[in-house]
Amino acid sequence: MRIYVPSDTTAVALGADAVAAAVQAEAQRRGLELVRNGSRGMFAVEPLVEVEVQGLRTAYGPVSAGDVSGLLDALESGADQHALFLGPVADIPWLASQQRLTFARAGEGDPLCLDTYRTLGGFAGLETALQMAPVAVVAAVTDSGLRGRGGAAFPAGIKWQTVLDTPASQKYIVCNADEGDSGTFADRLLLEADPYQLLEGMAIAGVAVGATLGYIYLRSEYPLALRVLQDAISRATAAGYLGDDIRGSGRNFHVEVRLGAGAYICGEETALLESLEGRRGVVRAKPPLPAIEGLFGLPTVVNNVLTLAAVTTVLAQGAPYYRDFGSGRSRGTLTLQLAGNVRQGGLVEIPFGATLREVVDEYAGGTFSGRPMRAIQVGGPLGAYLPEGQWDIPLDYEAFAAAGAMLGHGGVVVFDDTVDMSAQARFAMAFCVEESCGKCTPCRIGAIRGVEVIDKIIAREAPQENTALLQDLCDTMEQGSLCAMGGLTPNPVRSALEYFPEDFV
Amino acid sequence: MAPLLEVYRSQPGGLLPLLHAVQQALGYIPPEAIPDIARAMNLSRAEVHGVISFYHDFRAEPAGRHTLQICRAEACQAMGSRDLENHARRSLAIDFGETTADGAVTLEPVYCLGNCACSPSVRIDDCVYARVDPARLDALLAELGD
Repeated sequence: MRIYVPSDTTAVALGADAVAAAVQAEAQRRGLELVRNGSRGMFAVEPLVEVEVQGLRTAYGPVSAGDVSGLLDALESGADQHALFLGPVADIPWLASQQRLTFARAGEGDPLCLDTYRTLGGFAGLETALQMAPVAVVAAVTDSGLRGRGGAAFPAGIKWQTVLDTPASQKYIVCNADEGDSGTFADRLLLEADPYQLLEGMAIAGVAVGATLGYIYLRSEYPLALRVLQDAISRATAAGYLGDDIRGSGRNFHVEVRLGAGAYICGEETALLESLEGRRGVVRAKPPLPAIEGLFGLPTVVNNVLTLAAVTTVLAQGAPYYRDFGSGRSRGTLTLQLAGNVRQGGLVEIPFGATLREVVDEYAGGTFSGRPMRAIQVGGPLGAYLPEGQWDIPLDYEAFAAAGAMLGHGGVVVFDDTVDMSAQARFAMAFCVEESCGKCTPCRIGAIRGVEVIDKIIAREAPQENTALLQDLCDTMEQGSLCAMGGLTPNPVRSALEYFPEDFV
Repeated sequence: MAPLLEVYRSQPGGLLPLLHAVQQALGYIPPEAIPDIARAMNLSRAEVHGVISFYHDFRAEPAGRHTLQICRAEACQAMGSRDLENHARRSLAIDFGETTADGAVTLEPVYCLGNCACSPSVRIDDCVYARVDPARLDALLAELGD
């Protein structure tokens, strides 16, 4: 009998290490094998213990260390009556109703086991890419319709084509793993549960555009992901999937992890490049595009973790397979992260096109507090706060943009009716004060003025004049900032004002 | 520090990794180390100081024996992190960026620990904890044993 206990950050934060220790303590006596797997992202029932008997996996959760002895006793006498019994893993509706492409392997096994990864289809995309001409690999990514999953939704194939077409002595692949948006954890989950998928995606990108060196810029808030990645890189290199002469193809691709240092702005691609070069994370003006003059002034693909991971599916299954999921110009699957005040938070990967309400109804299970939902912030701290009247917008890039909102990196943060939206608007500006790189005035100084003006509105000091002033300030920030930090900070502020005016009087 | 300078001086963009390594070794980046770092990396002292002061992670003075980070971002706000912050400040009698008088705990803000489905989140040293209310925070701090 094999027992799986996740080693994921959230599972561990909920006590998974103690559960694993309790299982291990009885493993020998009971003839069990303990495997620390990644998480499936169903956090409401973490620590989720899976029991494998004759290839069938049954789930129990949430399990505490104190439950372990009783659970193991019950297992020896048929445990489907156990209070924590959730049924066969494959039949749990919360998971079974999802369309997992990128997260299909998450939670299946030891994240660092290369055999597991290969058995579950890993490296098929890289093996395919190594047989193809670079231009054909890029064409496959373009045909798949894959767009950048970091938030900007730029077509990945076009970016790759630009790098491929720019002659240079050295090109780079940079993975943006600086997942700073509140309410997002998909990158972290992937890095901890299925790190080889990212490495495979980066190697495919390298082969496609002619880059031989890749950097993963990982935020320092993810110490566990760092350890997993470093281990994964050395194992993948030892097995010939990274390094010189990958799988005997004559192509080279090396990967290094670099740690951020707690600056939100370094999730912006040009600030990230500055930081990788060893400088302050100050945004660069574009053009030049990073695809032409990126890291150390050389052509660079900068893609989010999920973009590079999705490429493995595109190459392994073909562009049409990936493209056939989705709606409109948003192709493939969307990874949402249900967070904040929800009963069943976690990772939901589904095709683009469902509405926010459908997702929340089907997966979130209501608020954690049991109170009515009032606002949902989609797309991180720069995303709009949406009231119930806006929850029927389809989840695709264009539909959200048309409503003045954005999908961003897929964070969905739910607030109940105790939320004070004037405080949330103030926070948006205060966060921009804290995290602005300082390069341009509308962001650096505008955000400070924004906090002050919102304070005046809250204090009922000439509220009409100050609200007009705030709108004017938002215009200036939107139109006058170099990057999304200053340019999108008005989103949460304006949506709070527009949809929740009663909180400002 | 000399061996660290030797390791990172030749790395492209090696300043951040070097600063992380120095902080890992010493617990902080002493201002008196800046001239040596600048010389090794072929930068001006101002540039090194600029990098250290830009990033929240780097500290110019030692922290307490433990570092408590409380997430102040939206997902945690939705689950009552503002109350948790106030409780921590009151019970430790310090503000963000300060260390308790006995040197045990430094309190820091953090904007997201990637644990947003089980908020509020805190990190104590390298461990993240989920669903932390004031009572749980008190218990976690008591377990630190100093």
